[in-house]
Parts: sequence; C-alpha cells; structure tokens
Amino acid sequence: MADEPLVLGIETSCDETGVGVVRGTTLLADAVASSVDDHARYGGVVPEIASRAHLEAMVPTIERALAQAGVAAGDLDGIAVTAGPGLAGALLVGVSAAKAYAYALDKPLYGVNHLASHICVDQLEHGRLPEPTMALLVSGGHSSLLLAPDITTDVRPLGATIDDAAGEAFDKVARVLGLGFPGGPAIDREARAGDPNAIAFPRGLTGPRDAPFDFSFSGLKTAVARWVETQRRAGLDVPVADVAASFQEAVTDVLTRKAVRACREQGVDHLMIGGGVAANSRLRAMAEERCAAAGITLRVPRPGLCTDNGAMVAALGAEMVARNRPPSAWDLPADSSLPVTEPLVPAGEPG
Amino acid sequence: MLLLALDTATPAVTVALFDAEAGRVLAARERVDARRHGELLMPSVDAVLTEAGRRIADVGALVAGTGPGPYTGLRVGLVTAAALGAARGVPVYGVCTLDGIAHASGLREPFVVATDARRKEVYWAEYADADTRVGGPAVDRPGEIAERVADRPAVGAGTALYPEAFPGARADLPAHASASALAAIAASALAVGAPLDAPRPLYLRRPDAREPAGYKAVTPPPAEASARR
Ligand SMILES: [Zn+2]
Repeated sequence: MADEPLVLGIETSCDETGVGVVRGTTLLADAVASSVDDHARYGGVVPEIASRAHLEAMVPTIERALAQAGVAAGDLDGIAVTAGPGLAGALLVGVSAAKAYAYALDKPLYGVNHLASHICVDQLEHGRLPEPTMALLVSGGHSSLLLAPDITTDVRPLGATIDDAAGEAFDKVARVLGLGFPGGPAIDREARAGDPNAIAFPRGLTGPRDAPFDFSFSGLKTAVARWVETQRRAGLDVPVADVAASFQEAVTDVLTRKAVRACREQGVDHLMIGGGVAANSRLRAMAEERCAAAGITLRVPRPGLCTDNGAMVAALGAEMVARNRPPSAWDLPADSSLPVTEPLVPAGEPG
Repeated sequence: MLLLALDTATPAVTVALFDAEAGRVLAARERVDARRHGELLMPSVDAVLTEAGRRIADVGALVAGTGPGPYTGLRVGLVTAAALGAARGVPVYGVCTLDGIAHASGLREPFVVATDARRKEVYWAEYADADTRVGGPAVDRPGEIAERVADRPAVGAGTALYPEAFPGARADLPAHASASALAAIAASALAVGAPLDAPRPLYLRRPDAREPAGYKAVTPPPAEASARR
C-alpha cells in the first residue's frame, strides 16, 4: 500500500459537494452534488445556500463515491479533506464529516489545501507530477502562478491577482452581456462564433514595470462594460459573440504569456494549468500553442477535473500518505484563508 | 445500547455517552466557545469515549441536537452525527435542542425556553413541563413575545440576554444545550417505541440571499454625467 494508498477526499470549499476515491494516482470514483442551480438567480454563490446543500448532500455523496469505487470504507488508508481556503461555513461541513469518518473508521485524517489539490489532480490524468511543478491556477476564487518543488510540503506563490479572480471577470462580463451565471461556460460558448480580434481590450499588468507574475482583471472587466454601454447608448447592436471572444482573448493572452514567462525564468520545462477556468477551450488552445512554441510540455486535466471536485483532494491525500506526511489532528480547523504555502495542516502541539 | 449524543446548536459543544438500559450518563463533556464548534467537537467525542473506556464501535446509535441554533455551528453537530452513524452503520436520531434544555431544567410547571438567535432575535418554545413541548420552536424578537411569556419561568441563555422580555428568567438553571438530556429523551422514546425526529436542521429562517437588482452601469448615463458638472 505504501506507494498506492487508497484515499477518500472530500471537497466543500464552494458550491460543489465533491467526494473522490483514488488509489495512488488512479481515479476510482468522483461523485459531485452541485448546488449551482440554486445560486444562478442570485448571480453568484450564496454561502448559506451552499452550506445547507453541503449538509444535505454530504453523507449520500460519500456513500455514492465508495459504491462507485467499489471499495469498502474500512479498506481506506486515509481520509483527506479541503481545510481551506474557501467559504468558512461550507468548509466546516466537509471538515466535520471527514473527521467523523476518519474517527469512526480509525483512519488518519489529512486536512489539505484546496489550491495544492487543484495542482495534484493532474496526477490522475498524466501521472506523477515533475518536481518542481509550475502551475497556473485560475478559477472563480483564485488566479495564481505557483512553483511547487514538493506538492506535499513546498508550494511557492510567484504571483496572483491583485483584484478580481479570472473566473470572477468571466461572471461579471457574462452579466454585462446578459449571458447568465456561471459566466465561464456561457462566454466560452458564445465566443466560438465571435472574432477574438474585433475589439482591443486592455491587457492588465503587462507593462515593463508591472509585477511580471501578478494579474489584474478588474480594469478589463470595466473596459468591457464601458464598451458595451457606449454601444447601447448609441442605439447600436452589441455584437455579443465578438465581445465575448475579444474579452476571452484578453484574459487568456495575459494568463498564458505570464505562465510561459514564469517557466522560462525559472527554468521549468512544463506547465500545469488547473482550476475551473482551465476548462475554457480558448485558454487550453492558446496554452497549447504557446507552450509548444516555447518547448514547454503542457499538462491540463480534462475539464471535469479542473473544476472543484473531491478527486483532487483524494489525489493530494494519497500523495500525503505515500510520502508519510503527518496526519492532521482531531481539532483541525476549517481555515477560510489558509495560505497557499501550506499544502497540509499538520497536527499542532498537544494542549 | 450505548447512545452517543451531541449538540452544537448553542454556544456549548456538548457530548454525552449514555447507557440506555441503565438510564445513566457514562461520561459527558461541555465546552462553551461559540466560535470553535468545529475544532472542539471531535476531541470532545474522543474524550468522552476514552473516559468511559469505550470505543466508537461500541456505540449503538447517535443522537444529535437539531437546533434551532446559529446555522454554522448547528451543522457541525448534525453532519458529524450523520457521518459517524453512516460510517459505523448505526441509526442517527434528531432531538430538538430546546427540548434538551427544557428536560435539563426539571421544571414541573409551564415555562418557556429561549436561546440566542442573533440579529436581536431568540429561538424559543413553550413547555407544559420539562418533557412536554406545547408551542414552537419559533424565532422572534423578544419584544414581540414579551407579553406572552411574562407570566412564566424562562430558561436558556436567550432569557438572560433580554431580561426585560423574560422577567421570569431562571439564571440558576442550565443556559445551554445538554447532550445528556438529549440522550435521555431519545432513550425514553426508544424504550417505548415512540418516533424520533430525523437528524435534520431546524433553521426556521430562509437563507439570506437577495436577487441582484437590475444591471448597474459602470459609466453614468449622459444626463446624470452632465448634471454632476
Ligand atoms: Zn477551486
């Protein structure tokens, strides 16, 4: 079992109740109950609605994952759970459930970092991550460039968004265009029929004196809204597909440009892209092109593993077990602002 | 049968191991810290079992307080009980948290129980005696129910918060939830085959969520823009 541990992972940091089961780097089950439809009319995730849905879905989703994997709970080598970052009340449901299962089954508990899990999930798709791993994480909650010499102990932020997350910009622009929530898939769909070069939207923080690996999407979002409003006021039709495509182009241009530059400067010959925005088809295509041109190997998990899920937590948990990392304690807290530099929340000093 | 009872619907994290046949508590823990339910609960469960010299595998059923109570804390106890029960393959029962406070009071006359619902409201219920709920649970502003409850003794931390609404407040009786009481209530019901609630939360309020107002422009409309000059 030492290098192929059987681990169940629980993820409740936002609106998906995710439970995955992995054996080493092999995915056995990935069960998800989403409350996304309940949030759509509010134009964003409502924390209390998400937490209520997690409580309802928690045990049934765990049982579904175990059944899908065809394993008995007693055979598990450990239980992993997202300890943070995320919505505090939502995290707490998953953390409490994970403790209870671990305690009831007498298994070690691993409170792990959501962001490190987004990176580690690629092991289920493309095998062991190289060390160090360069990762671009983009979602509704985060946009960061991370260098991970060891995904279980050592994750270093190179840069992050200074305002909105990339996914947030997608949601807001979708709202401007009346495309609904969540915005990512809607804009991706709409953009296919549009011209990505129709409108020259700004590329934030790409000047020579800007922080090379930080991102800013707030100005872009406002520029899109201004452009659309000006059109509407002049009584002109808004070319929704062109706006969507041009906006998407601006986001993916900045993301891929900075990620490739980070690889070059750090001497890393591959790039991993994770998080919900990594499901975007234009981002995947542009990253493919630019990485190929720069001689960088690109690793992007399939879309279903990019969005929040339990398999990613199980993947990182399995790595913790395989590398003999110390389990978390029964008083493991849910930490809504757990720093990215802490892949695992270890047991504290007794007392 | 051993019942493991727990409640996180009030500021207390309370856990008790109860021997249903003997009708007595084998071990119990209570820690009051409204902001650390998630951290305190499993260590308390472990401490209670260890003190009683038992293991989780010896537990025959779980009992969880269903609130009402502040939601984030309330869910900690409910999901913990549900997960312990599912992992061990034993039943999980729910008991209204206010019933536990009422039971622990031992009062034999009509009274009310009130706990802190935050936002200047209380969760409350009416009892004919310690084991008979006759009204509620509900959530209200103390001022709105003051007249109705003025003539009766009042139990629970909500009564101390709003003394003007609860002149009959009994500071000498337990203020928070009691897992021992929840276990005793469940054991009595199981002994006579009376039905128990499902371990589902009594929220009593809809989630706070507002549908966004219509689209808000980032550029002021021309009329407004010129008016500002
Ligand atoms: Zn995520």
